[in-house]
Amino acid sequence: MTATRTPTEPGAAKPVRRPGDRIFAGSAKGAGILILVILAGVAAFLIAEALPALSAPSDDIPGGEGLAGYVLPLVFGTLLSAVIALVVATPLAVAIALFITHYAPRRLAQGLGYVVDLLAAIPSIVYGFWGIAWLAPKLVPFYQWLEDNFGFIPLFAGPTSSTGRTMLTAGLVLAIMILPIISAISREVFLQVPTLHKEAALALGATRWEMVKMAVLPYGKSGIIGGAMLGLGRALGETMAVALVLSVSGGITFNLISSGNPSTVAANIALEFPESSGIDVNTLIASGLALFVITLAVNMLARWIVNRRADFSGAN
Amino acid sequence: MAKRIDVSDLNIYYGNFLAVEGVNVSIEPRSITALIGPSGCGKSTFLRSLNRMHEVIPGARVEGKVVMDGQDLYGADADPVDVRRQIGMVFQRPNPFPTMSIYDNVAAGVRLNSRKMKKADLDDLVERSLKGANLWNEVKDRLDRPGSSLSGGQQQRLCIARAIAVEPDVLLMDEPCSALDPISTLAIEDLMTELKERFTIVIVTHNMQQAARVSEQTGFFNLNGVGQPGRLIEFNPTEKIFSNPDQKATEDYISGRFG
Repeated sequence: MTATRTPTEPGAAKPVRRPGDRIFAGSAKGAGILILVILAGVAAFLIAEALPALSAPSDDIPGGEGLAGYVLPLVFGTLLSAVIALVVATPLAVAIALFITHYAPRRLAQGLGYVVDLLAAIPSIVYGFWGIAWLAPKLVPFYQWLEDNFGFIPLFAGPTSSTGRTMLTAGLVLAIMILPIISAISREVFLQVPTLHKEAALALGATRWEMVKMAVLPYGKSGIIGGAMLGLGRALGETMAVALVLSVSGGITFNLISSGNPSTVAANIALEFPESSGIDVNTLIASGLALFVITLAVNMLARWIVNRRADFSGAN
Repeated sequence: MAKRIDVSDLNIYYGNFLAVEGVNVSIEPRSITALIGPSGCGKSTFLRSLNRMHEVIPGARVEGKVVMDGQDLYGADADPVDVRRQIGMVFQRPNPFPTMSIYDNVAAGVRLNSRKMKKADLDDLVERSLKGANLWNEVKDRLDRPGSSLSGGQQQRLCIARAIAVEPDVLLMDEPCSALDPISTLAIEDLMTELKERFTIVIVTHNMQQAARVSEQTGFFNLNGVGQPGRLIEFNPTEKIFSNPDQKATEDYISGRFG
């Protein structure tokens, strides 16, 4: 036998790497690393600045009830307003996306798509003004009606706020703000459902709605969840609209229509930061750290939900 | 439950474009009818007009009559959803629902008909359909796995199982083997020969040996040129088409002297 080289032999010829490949691989890797560095930097800053508040005696924290007593109502308010927004916006956004992709005539669909996208371009402070000046007063009679008829449910126990600047109003404004994000992503996913799968359903004798249920929604599920999580991220972090709309007084309550509402983390930071110094700043940053952790947890949860049935996702 | 289909003066349009013109044909029950012809001649379009899948495409429409055992499929009171429940279809590329398990794929059509079935009955039906599609032995231990985990040939047989689970009167197959290897193709051809005892089968194929092997009747579609409508040139028993066709165009096509 003549000497032959096996591919596994050490020192065997390396695969040829072209400069274009190397440059692209390097820049892609760099971009990937950069995002991690930024994330780590933010996390390090938050932790470092929050440390004094974490170790401070509870009397020094604003409110006088310790860090947990200060941050918990904010976290609660943040989650509550975001959950209201998500519960209201997700079904509506999915319905809009379905209408645009599968029901509306083509011309109308395009126009409607633009209009929904336009909602995303409105600055959040405009939403805040709109909420405080227009939406909140308009909602007062509705809240009164809720209190009169559904007052036995703790959510609507009242007494109804006379200004309408309640947790429910804040949640509704947030819902409108995140609507375009969720519906744009759902729309893109619904458009990608293979014709093959839709025809399979139709050929079995599915009506249009049954076809949507069998082929479109299951295929788009991970996209809907992804869109909802992006929307949730925006709702959790939204500052100006909530700061303007929500009338803050009092702590944790599930009463959505009264004038006593907990603030949210982001709105509270925006409102308090200019007049804070020393340990107060550290406390605010600690609340920001809590928001950071929550957002991370929410995203990981969403990823887990999407991956749980990855075999059935239709991506293979 | 096999039924015969009579097509008369059928014109098929995409918007204003006349794709297939003047088809008159009778499709016999309990037999396999093959449709052959060059690409773009309208045989798939014709097939899809038999179960009203053609009109799913925006702007697509049909003129003329398709009658199945006296029932006018394009009549004013005919519901396309009902028509499709009676006339099953298998597509060119296997298309099991990727988000459903093998079991759910087979049960999908029955669940659509919103018949409430006991679990045991449904289990029976799924087993019967998978056996009918010669797939049961290969998948019986993994019915809860996604349909997309199967090989291409298995996926196509899963689609056949899904189509026959609802007990249609007619089974339309649009080039069911063109994405499959020869062994899977053979499995499907054997299956078709079994299925024709119970169903009327219409198959579109580019494989002339396949048409010759499995079908009783063969229709040859052709078109005069690009932009011209396709026509049914000849419809005769398969033996005659492949030995002594009436039309010169048919003979040219099957002997490879086409174009």
